[in-house]
Amino acid sequence: MKRSLERHLNILEFTLASLLRRRGKNLSLLAMYLLVVFILASLLFFVAALKREAAIILNDAPDMIVQRLMAGRQDLVPVRYAAEIAQIRGVAAVRPRYWGYYYDTLNGANYTIMASDDPALPPESAAIGSGVAKARNLKVGDLLPLTSYNRAPVMLEIHSIFSSSADLIAADTILMPPADFQKLFNFPNSQATDLAVSVRNPQELPTVAAKIASQYPDSRPILKREIQRTYQSIFDWRGGMTLMVLTSALLSFIIFAWDKGTGLSAEERKEIGILKSIGWETSDVLLLKFWEGIVISLTAFLLGVVLAYGHVFFLSAPLFAQALKGWSVLYPSFQLVPVVDLYQITVLFFLTVVPYTAATIIPCWRAATIDPDTAMRY
Amino acid sequence: MIELSAITKSFNSGKPNQFTAVDNVTLVVNPQQITVLKGPSGSGKTSLLALIGCMARPTSGRIFLRGVAAAVPFQQEGMESVEITSLPERFLNDIRRSTFGFIFQQFNLVKGITVLENVMLPAYPTGERRSDFRVRALALLEQFSLSRHAGQRIELLSGGELQRVAIARALINNPSIIIADEPTAHLDSKLSQEFMAIVGRLKGEGKSVLIASHDPIVFDSPLIDRIVEMRDGSVVNSRSCR
Repeated sequence: MKRSLERHLNILEFTLASLLRRRGKNLSLLAMYLLVVFILASLLFFVAALKREAAIILNDAPDMIVQRLMAGRQDLVPVRYAAEIAQIRGVAAVRPRYWGYYYDTLNGANYTIMASDDPALPPESAAIGSGVAKARNLKVGDLLPLTSYNRAPVMLEIHSIFSSSADLIAADTILMPPADFQKLFNFPNSQATDLAVSVRNPQELPTVAAKIASQYPDSRPILKREIQRTYQSIFDWRGGMTLMVLTSALLSFIIFAWDKGTGLSAEERKEIGILKSIGWETSDVLLLKFWEGIVISLTAFLLGVVLAYGHVFFLSAPLFAQALKGWSVLYPSFQLVPVVDLYQITVLFFLTVVPYTAATIIPCWRAATIDPDTAMRY
Repeated sequence: MIELSAITKSFNSGKPNQFTAVDNVTLVVNPQQITVLKGPSGSGKTSLLALIGCMARPTSGRIFLRGVAAAVPFQQEGMESVEITSLPERFLNDIRRSTFGFIFQQFNLVKGITVLENVMLPAYPTGERRSDFRVRALALLEQFSLSRHAGQRIELLSGGELQRVAIARALINNPSIIIADEPTAHLDSKLSQEFMAIVGRLKGEGKSVLIASHDPIVFDSPLIDRIVEMRDGSVVNSRSCR
């Protein structure tokens, strides 16, 4: 056992000395390899973090949202619909929601304004997302000046700031009491933006949705699970699109790595012959090549993953943000909460480290199985 | 002692281009002596060395190692002889590592690594502690006046120094038999004589030396104990020089 370990250590030591001999070639290979792992890992981290954020936020979303359509566009819903829908068997509660967008001319940002009937939120106060707080340099107790529909100022005192764990969806949000919301937008009293419907038995959601659609032909019920699915698809699609753009670069690397891994130079072939002739077994030579492959690919993998983690979670992925976040959340900016999907990292490991190591070992097999006698005649 | 019994080695057997490199050779190589295989190019010297050194298997015939503590696990106690031709590849490798040290015509040193690493190379896969064989390698470099070159790369050495590094490498696993294939082919007369002086020292240390050469400096040397003349794969004359 001890001798076997010593054998591994000795051969690993020779591997490192051997790799240092072709320093330029191996470092350039490592750099390219690192770049590929970095790009792939960044994409995986970024998409996983976006999906997680969206899933967390949507978990608190209502089971169903009912909108009203007018000429194919979303229109305000009469509040009386709420009382009528509440009568449908299986419906637990119906809550009118008031929300809209506010363009901030000061810094060019677009905020999402929502009315909240939370009693904890006193009149003429607001709860804001961290993005808004940052953009307007606000802290709890400060005054947030907004301009109403008729250019009259509306002053709200900051009551609280949302935690950064909900940044993806809440970063640009301002929550205020319904009275202030109506004052800001001159919102009609008898109407709401949409209705949030909760149902006692989730199995009955499609049935309830069908009943609402039948009772109000101008309504559009949207289930939470449909929203969740749409979000997941959008982030998958964006990740896929980015990957497609990078495919040519990835393919170039694969061809380069394959060529390097499989092509055994005359010098390498001769070296294998020398090792065989001085008493190295075929398994020793393959162990040497195995370590060569592992040292390069594992270093690139680990460094690439660590750099990608920093790129995504500390620097907010400047290389992919434009492609992956989309226009609606460009302002205000937000910080992603670190999340690592072990399954995806394992897949990345098997797609990068394993093929490269195999591509390094396999061509050596032939060279390593030659008769030492042949090697002696070099 | 190495004993060869009716050894034949053919290449491309059964094909139109079949040729026999070693043809029915029966020979005894005595221990602690210098034996020279003498003959022109293509006479089968290198092939015979490869067969003796467990680098290749004969097409027919048997080779016995007697009085050599060869690394064969199933060797019975008290058994003095090992028949190496029928051993599996793994055991052949073990015997090759522990019993034989090889010096090649082209030196076969690995470029880009240091002199010390080259000398240690045969010991890496043995599973011995690196610190142990490193001490041995440094002692060998000292013995061959190469200590100041230990950390240098092989490319920076002269022909004579390369030859001495190759000899040091052959001795790293402390073998009892040294096999040298045309060791003076790339050396001038002075360096060839230096090489023979080293071979004489090795003999004095109790090692058996087997050299394939057609260089008169080798086979006319007074150190030689036995000359085996070969031609067309056969032994045509074997005589003692004592």
